[in-house]
Amino acid sequence: MRKSWWKILCVLLLTFAFVGGLLLPVPEMFILNETIRNLFFHVPMWFGMIILFTASLVYSIRYLRKGNLVDDIYALQFINTGLLFGTLGLITGMEWAQFTWGAAWSNDPKELSAAICMLIYFATLALRSSVNDPDKRAKLGAVFNVFAYALLIPLLFVLPRLTDSLHPGNGGNPGFNTKDMAPELRPTFYIAVLGWILLGVWITSLRIRFSLLIKKDILHENNA
Amino acid sequence: MKIMHKMAALLKSKYLLTLALFLPFISRAQDAAPMAETFRSNGKIYVVVLVICTIFAGIILFLVNLERKIKKLEKNQPK
Repeated sequence: MRKSWWKILCVLLLTFAFVGGLLLPVPEMFILNETIRNLFFHVPMWFGMIILFTASLVYSIRYLRKGNLVDDIYALQFINTGLLFGTLGLITGMEWAQFTWGAAWSNDPKELSAAICMLIYFATLALRSSVNDPDKRAKLGAVFNVFAYALLIPLLFVLPRLTDSLHPGNGGNPGFNTKDMAPELRPTFYIAVLGWILLGVWITSLRIRFSLLIKKDILHENNA
Repeated sequence: MKIMHKMAALLKSKYLLTLALFLPFISRAQDAAPMAETFRSNGKIYVVVLVICTIFAGIILFLVNLERKIKKLEKNQPK
């Protein structure tokens, strides 16, 4: 139990996010109506994905510096969970858009760039799985992960802001604009984001431990 | 004090009353957007909260159980 305090924190934060996210008062807006509450559920998916991909980048760079296959397993599993979050973010976004923007897919710049990002990450996974040699696979995966992250930043944070977008905070606006989100939404939103990030790290840690058990023979060889 | 008197005079003046006549037109955009009031007044939203919390509890129990199994495997590893 001594190391699991953050898992308990994760459960508490997410429970608050679910109950508070559904019951706390929200601004009354046309078109959005009660779907404004999706802010507490859809957006944390993307925040979670970005944090998980960032963690993956750190482990990929560590692998490239030190050549330890354990770091590669960490990087890979962070990508896997990040893609789970991204996929859920895309699906929930489409469900939301169907009822607020009138269509599940409206070729919004942010929709497109998020989809491109996910495809790039799926492509790196496909690429690395096509190599049989574990060291070569890890090296290839790490290098392409760095490139994928380098594309993630302009695709998600720069390009959508250069043009008009249906997403808030775009069309020339800076990020974290005080007008983009009503102040009463912020506490619940950040609690939800933190809770989902912790849940993502928890799932990833289980996948990492499982993967380490499966690949212990290769790892043993590698370290010997 | 002078400001207070001026404000009281403004409140009594007809100018404000005429303004109030136009208020419905000015403030139409801020009229209450339809929110899920009947939904909530029937108390049914709590059912949804309960369902979501149940699913969440199930997922967390699943994760805890999975972690326990992995821990057991890790302990049985030959050093």
